[in-house]
Amino acid sequence: MSTPEAVTTNASATDHDGGHGEISVGVAGAGAGGDGMASATRITPGNALRPEDIALAVSRGTATPDADAAELALRLGDDALILAQRLSHWISRAPELEEDIALGNIALDQLGHARSFLTYAGGLDGRSEDDLAYFRREHEFRSVQLFEQPNGDFAVTIARQFAVSYYQFELYRRLAQSSDAMIAGIAAKAVKEVDYHRDHSAQWVLRLALGTEESRARMIHGLAVVWPYVDELFRDDELTGRLSDAGVAVQPSSLRADFDRLTGEVLAEAELEVPKVQPAPGGGRRGLHSEHLGYLLAEMQVLAREHPGASW
Amino acid sequence: MASQTLQSVPAEPSPARHDSRLESRHEMSPEDAARRDAEGQAYFDKVMADDSRIEPRDWMPAAYRKTLVRQISQHAHSEIIGMQPEANWITRAPSLKRKSILMAKVQDEAGHGLYLYSAAETLGQPRDQMMQDLMDGKAKYSSIFNYPARTWADMGAIGWMVDGAAIANQVPLCRASYGPYGRAMVRVCKEESFHQRQGFEILLELSHGTPAQKQMAQDAVNRWYAPALMMFGPPDDDSPNSKQSMAWNIKRFSNDELRNRFVGMMMEQVKVLGLTLPDEDIRFNEETKKWEHGPLDWDEFHEVIAGRGQCNAQRLERRREAHQNGAWVREAAAAYAEKQAKKNAAKEVA
Repeated sequence: MSTPEAVTTNASATDHDGGHGEISVGVAGAGAGGDGMASATRITPGNALRPEDIALAVSRGTATPDADAAELALRLGDDALILAQRLSHWISRAPELEEDIALGNIALDQLGHARSFLTYAGGLDGRSEDDLAYFRREHEFRSVQLFEQPNGDFAVTIARQFAVSYYQFELYRRLAQSSDAMIAGIAAKAVKEVDYHRDHSAQWVLRLALGTEESRARMIHGLAVVWPYVDELFRDDELTGRLSDAGVAVQPSSLRADFDRLTGEVLAEAELEVPKVQPAPGGGRRGLHSEHLGYLLAEMQVLAREHPGASW
Repeated sequence: MASQTLQSVPAEPSPARHDSRLESRHEMSPEDAARRDAEGQAYFDKVMADDSRIEPRDWMPAAYRKTLVRQISQHAHSEIIGMQPEANWITRAPSLKRKSILMAKVQDEAGHGLYLYSAAETLGQPRDQMMQDLMDGKAKYSSIFNYPARTWADMGAIGWMVDGAAIANQVPLCRASYGPYGRAMVRVCKEESFHQRQGFEILLELSHGTPAQKQMAQDAVNRWYAPALMMFGPPDDDSPNSKQSMAWNIKRFSNDELRNRFVGMMMEQVKVLGLTLPDEDIRFNEETKKWEHGPLDWDEFHEVIAGRGQCNAQRLERRREAHQNGAWVREAAAAYAEKQAKKNAAKEVA
């Protein structure tokens, strides 16, 4: 598939004075179909792609993924689901009421993306989003390890969100051109929301890095904690090679340059350096996870597994 | 905007409307102050008689202001503390759809807290101070949130009964005489009615599910019934603040009146659920045309208010912990904003 080089190349975080709501984080022209600037919160009902719509299309047989597209949807659905689970823990614990709402919103967006991708992935063999979320075991999850990293303090959460949102933005804006119409549709909706996530995290990177001595130290620490897991986001494998050849997706490695450039601009404005850390070996796409995921799944799945077959 | 239809602004502007910033610069003579108070009181009385609205800059009796700050901030605190029992189940919600709905609901509650703190701020009380009073245990919040959310079915019972009781209490507040409060309540009530429906839906699904699910639902209804009824406050003959609040058009119906009405609604809806209410004395009194219910344990109510409920310590500790853990973040945001303001000011000079 072609990479939309024309978009998001002229944005610079340093062109602006960095006041709240003013910083550009590379959003110009983002998204698919020329409506990248449309509000994620004001989608007309006819355009909103809900997980229920996807489930309906899947059950009617009008949207059936092939095995490779299903595996891609599973990977991306798992990424979003695990992150939503992590972020939702902040609700009622955030530093300000406004952040309870903001982090809750981001978690809700991620959960929405997860539900869409998982519903589509399940179309391959008839499993529902809940079958996939609640009744798979740890080694069957395909999320990369960055998403399952613990929340830590607010700076660690922001650092993780910063890396995730810039990665997801680059990924989804390309997937919006996917030859798989459902992947394209989900990504086109998601990219608008992830754009806000980028803005939120970039604003906080600046505030924390340039706020107080303590916040700066914590921000530096937060980035150092999560950055070993950034490398895994951009690793190609056999599946991504086939998907790329088929025009369904791009090679993850092709996102790296834009990611580095755009995160680099924010970090430069924040007077921070890209953390000099060794990359972790990863393996999430093959079901090899860090020690943290098991606990997260135990909590998430406990009730559903107490009542197998029940509906809620 | 729907809220405007509920607002009855007096035809003439208030003679007593004043700018407090001007007042502080021009010290008033005692005679002028007395005249202003008399004019203000006359205007206030007329607004009450006309069942119209007082706005933030209108003159108002000190006790009216104090009552409103107390009530609105308590309401805001209830929203904020009320996030906790439900947040307790977000990470364990048994389906992704339920997880999504529950997250949105708890997020709404944070939003309600924000509107209400803002409404209270129009009366001159800063949010930081209200938060501090909550954490210091000086301010109250609804006692209902000091009960634990033990099972998933509690998400249903809280939505159906607790939010249901809150709606019965709050719909009349949309007509409260203090404008910002009434308008905030319009939005709050709209969202609360969604919350109640989602709670009902959770219980409906459970009560028509497996025997274990139905049992879970009945158990939750049994535990939340009496605390929900007590949310309307003590019986009328033991409610010291009610009379004055009704005279000020803040409160429109008495505690017992609202409670009885609520019991009647529950009785109809519980049939649809196929569950029962744990009260054999519920009946419709043909003579008074009112619903009646069995005795409530008001000693327990007063115990929980006094801080001896199951979750009082836990709820406050969670709020304090979140606040303390977030202190460095708020300081950073303030320091950054200040630096940016200086930078911008320097740019303008240059």
